[in-house]
Amino acid sequence: MAVVYERSGGPGAEAPILPPLVGARRVRRRFGDRGFRELTRGAALTLVVMVAGMAAVMAHAAWPSIRRFGWSFIVKSDWDPVAEHFGALPFIFGTLVSSLLALLIAVPLGIGAAIYLAELAPRGVRPPVTFLVELLAAVPSVVYGLWGIFVLAPWLRTWVQPALGHTLGFLPLFQGPPYGVGMLAAGLILAIMIVPFITAVSREVLLAVPRTQREAALALGATGWETTRIAVLRYGRSGLIGAVLLGLGRALGETMAVTMLIGNRPEISLSLFAPGYTMASVIANEFTEATSDLYLGALIEIGLLLLILTLAVNGLARLLVWSMGRGPMVVRE
Amino acid sequence: MTMPRRLVVGLVVAVCAVLSAGVVPATAQLLINGAGATFPYPIYSKWFDEYAKISQGVNFNYQSIGSGGGIRQITARTVDFGATDGPMTDEQLKAAPGELFHVPTVLGAVVATYNLPGNPKLRFTPEILADIFFGKIAKWNGARIKDANPNVSLPDQPIIVVHRSDGSGTTYIWVDYLAKVSSEWEQKVGRGTSVKWPVGLGGKGNEGVAGQIKNTPGALGYVELAYAIKNNLPAAAIRNQAGKFVEPTIRSTTSAAAGAAAEMPADFRVSLTNAAGDDAYPVASFTWLLVYREQPDEVKGKAIVNFLWWAAHDGQKYAADLLYAPLPAPVVKQIEAKLRQVVYQGRPLLAAR
Repeated sequence: MAVVYERSGGPGAEAPILPPLVGARRVRRRFGDRGFRELTRGAALTLVVMVAGMAAVMAHAAWPSIRRFGWSFIVKSDWDPVAEHFGALPFIFGTLVSSLLALLIAVPLGIGAAIYLAELAPRGVRPPVTFLVELLAAVPSVVYGLWGIFVLAPWLRTWVQPALGHTLGFLPLFQGPPYGVGMLAAGLILAIMIVPFITAVSREVLLAVPRTQREAALALGATGWETTRIAVLRYGRSGLIGAVLLGLGRALGETMAVTMLIGNRPEISLSLFAPGYTMASVIANEFTEATSDLYLGALIEIGLLLLILTLAVNGLARLLVWSMGRGPMVVRE
Repeated sequence: MTMPRRLVVGLVVAVCAVLSAGVVPATAQLLINGAGATFPYPIYSKWFDEYAKISQGVNFNYQSIGSGGGIRQITARTVDFGATDGPMTDEQLKAAPGELFHVPTVLGAVVATYNLPGNPKLRFTPEILADIFFGKIAKWNGARIKDANPNVSLPDQPIIVVHRSDGSGTTYIWVDYLAKVSSEWEQKVGRGTSVKWPVGLGGKGNEGVAGQIKNTPGALGYVELAYAIKNNLPAAAIRNQAGKFVEPTIRSTTSAAAGAAAEMPADFRVSLTNAAGDDAYPVASFTWLLVYREQPDEVKGKAIVNFLWWAAHDGQKYAADLLYAPLPAPVVKQIEAKLRQVVYQGRPLLAAR
């Protein structure tokens, strides 16, 4: 990473742009530039060292658990702190499913709202709605959690889950007793929490699309929807994926609100009504009272896995952006 | 432009220096650090407040990081005393660099609370509770619950069990009780601050469990007595060892310790669940402070034993207001004897009383 920074910011890149310098000013510019470069390089390196150090310290602390369970840790679904049998599969499953569910709901909603705010909304509507969306992003997660317990979960239990059970109950997704809390509640609260991020970032991305793009599409006789699809969304897709990634990152790591709503039961169930558990939740729940080295190690190993999972998901998405980013504006339709 | 600004900055710095120099050395303060259980935190902070008023310059800094953390920190000697809701195991005691004393401070109880139409007073036998938490009794109108509550009309509703999702001393007390009354529980689930629950949903903290129960008709779970009283939650009477149904109150919690006092082990590491005595509520427990028998610092050691003496006597009157059960008199006598054994280089730290 540091190498890339150096290359793009190297002296060769800026030489043609700068005017010739003389005397003291030249010296100051030279030392100033070098100092600035070293400073930013230091900042970038610090980040890399921090991540690497974190991973190393966690791997060290997780060692008792890694040595005892090996690979079986990520495929076993038993979690018994008394007998000290630990398997992380239900937590990995719960983290992935609740985050995916959140994305399924939040992406269409967030990008839809962003398109409206950036492209279609009347001038007078944009600032207040944008402000409200950004306000949502600032609400602390414990407040979302409390709202979830006292409003969302009872509403799901008395209205949504019975209705879904009646109409779509033949699907395994919607079977089982309606508790209110569970995977569905966790996915919904996560969706609500990440929508403002996706909306706010997507809106900025869409606003950055050059006006000429739209004018060109309109000049070719495209309708409003076609203009948006061909000229705007396509142009901004890597930025939009970035927005979705930001949301996904928050969903994967969100702890408090999910813990309050997911039911905290380490089980793998097909039904969205059933309680589940996430990696971040189990760490938050059990870390303070974990006394044995093996128990602590197992919890820290879950933290390590969460780090790896986040890196993997981010890497995959980068790959996606990169593969889509080649041959950018060719419109085949 | 620059000169005045520098002057101002200089002045501010000078004033700060003078102020801080004037404040800090004025009184000889003694700061004693402790960490551990969250459950007794309200009474401890009240005690530290009151004690700071009557002792000259003894201040306490207590971090309520959980019993597990308290045990870890006192074992590592990073604090002057620890605090725990569950007694340390033999293994943990062996890992400590010196002999650790458990000193009981107050008592707490754990109650079964529920959400039924009209919230009637319910009565449970130990067997019923264990089977509900095993999922064997799944409906409120099951025959055995009906037999124990002949005058209550129970709905044909599933029982939704709610337990703590976070590791906690409250959970330890509850499952310790279930393990004492059900050998099946002891074998299949066992005791711990977190266990593998056969059934049920997890709520975070007392408030998480209570919120879940309040919002779910037919739910049943356990919370601390203090929390149940403060929030007006219904609490079931539970049949004790003597065969009496006892409601959870501060008085019946103290009775549990009085019942156990006769057979109190010298190190106070005793579980009070299922205690003997007609009035004893069966799901009660001490909470303990952990101190080293050999104190490494004479001044601090003296301050700690004096404080513990005060807490076991004068301090007890604050307990009931904060919904903790005070220690019964025989236990206070036993604590007195224990505190006399705390030493600094072989000399007892407690002044003759």
